[in-house]
Amino acid sequence: MNLEVALRHRFGAFGLDAKFRVERPGITALFGPSGAGKTTVVNAIAGLLRPDEGRIVIDGETLLDTAARIFVPARLRRAGYVFQDARLFPHLSVEGNLRFGWLRTGRRATQTEFDEILDLLGLETLLGRKPARLSGGEKSRVALGRALLASPRLLLLDEPLAALDAARKAEILPWFERLRDRARLPMIYVTHSADEVSRLADAIIVLEAGRLAAQGSVFDILSDPELGALVPADGAVFPARIVEQRADRLTALGFDGGTLLVPRISRPAGTPIRVRMRADDVMLALAAPEAISANNVLPAEVVAIRTRDANADIRLICGNVRFVSRITQSSLARLALVPGMQVFAIVKSVTLYPQPGPDSG
Amino acid sequence: MEGILHLPLALPPVVVGYLLLVILGPREPIGAWLETHFDIRFAFSWTGAALASALITFPFQYRAIRLGIQAQDAGLAEAAATLGAGPLDRFINLTLPLALPGIVAGAVTAFAASLGEFGAIITFVSNIPGETRTLPLAIYSALQEPGGESEAARLAALSIVLALLGVILAGVADRRLRAALAQ
Repeated sequence: MNLEVALRHRFGAFGLDAKFRVERPGITALFGPSGAGKTTVVNAIAGLLRPDEGRIVIDGETLLDTAARIFVPARLRRAGYVFQDARLFPHLSVEGNLRFGWLRTGRRATQTEFDEILDLLGLETLLGRKPARLSGGEKSRVALGRALLASPRLLLLDEPLAALDAARKAEILPWFERLRDRARLPMIYVTHSADEVSRLADAIIVLEAGRLAAQGSVFDILSDPELGALVPADGAVFPARIVEQRADRLTALGFDGGTLLVPRISRPAGTPIRVRMRADDVMLALAAPEAISANNVLPAEVVAIRTRDANADIRLICGNVRFVSRITQSSLARLALVPGMQVFAIVKSVTLYPQPGPDSG
Repeated sequence: MEGILHLPLALPPVVVGYLLLVILGPREPIGAWLETHFDIRFAFSWTGAALASALITFPFQYRAIRLGIQAQDAGLAEAAATLGAGPLDRFINLTLPLALPGIVAGAVTAFAASLGEFGAIITFVSNIPGETRTLPLAIYSALQEPGGESEAARLAALSIVLALLGVILAGVADRRLRAALAQ
């Protein structure tokens, strides 16, 4: 899988000039403030917008090349698109919506695959309903199923959860997780949400005012305080694995730099886990603290310091894992932290998510 | 184009009838040709009355269809395109069904309005009892005869009832179809 995008487009005061590459399946989050050009990029990939200049190539097939006057129309691109407002066809039942793309695709999924996607997204019980009778979360799931059943070779998701309240989001996020882990599709996911990115994204592309500001793995980008203003991150994420279930009802997670103890997760040893460590949940000490309630104290080295308002984001490295601690500027002065210093990071709590293993990414 | 489609609304119906007579009259080239080759005769027959009514009420129909299509969310057509539907496919399977309530309501309104057509019909197909006499023509004829006032009143009442029914039916059809689409 290889997607190459180079776009130059201008309308009014807004100019887009961005170039990037996605080289593996999984979720690539497209980030940036409003007006950064995210939807323009996604629409250009889908073929809904013809940019002034550009080139889009997927797996060797050119979808767009303005220099060579190539423009493959949207209906032939096999780019599944999940819109923020779902855009279900109101006159068709859920089943009619799901079969719309399925009937029109050249390489139609078999009935078995059809049933699998229904099962993956929990759609069996909704088939006879009209879109007007679906909840917001159900609509998102149907829109996702409809796009998947058209046998796309990549999936474009433009803030698919933005219209949902927190409860509905929590209800649908696990479906996206399952999709990421099972569908083996490259996905471009436009979002503003730190939750969605920390939990789902494998890679991140940051756009600012129509230009590429940063690109990298979710682990690198979220632990980079320099991008703090652009990326709605509240801390780092990194991969870990279950090492052992301990007698004290804790589970030990191994990561590339040490061990974390977390409340019991009933999964076998070796299960990959994604750890989200919020910057606010990491305190710093110059000496190893004794008699302390926190289970996790990690020796780390200060890599970089970025001050903002009354706070300071301290970028740390422990083994090969980077994370961030947010302390006050007053603490920064008291501890006299400088890059290169050895410190102890006291981790108050972490959030854990399923993480696809290397075989499925 | 828009202007031509709306022309029947602005033109005096008598002129529409006159034009039809000039084009499709039995002695005119097109009218004669249609009659010899297809045995179709419009002038002075009920088919001519239907044609004249259709022409006069066409703008109603046209506006209803246009509003039905314009009110649609362009995003749905984009979604259909990303799912593999081409322009004709989108028109048949998305645009038309979504415009259906408007089309049916327009047809019912146009039908109700055509029941009242007078000028175009009397000019094109005359006022032949049992063949081309519409309600207003019948009322007019009744008033021309001595003692026809009660007949005229009866027909006028019928006309009012039919018009009311037409308007109500158009509203019901529109609501029902919209609801059916969403259910």
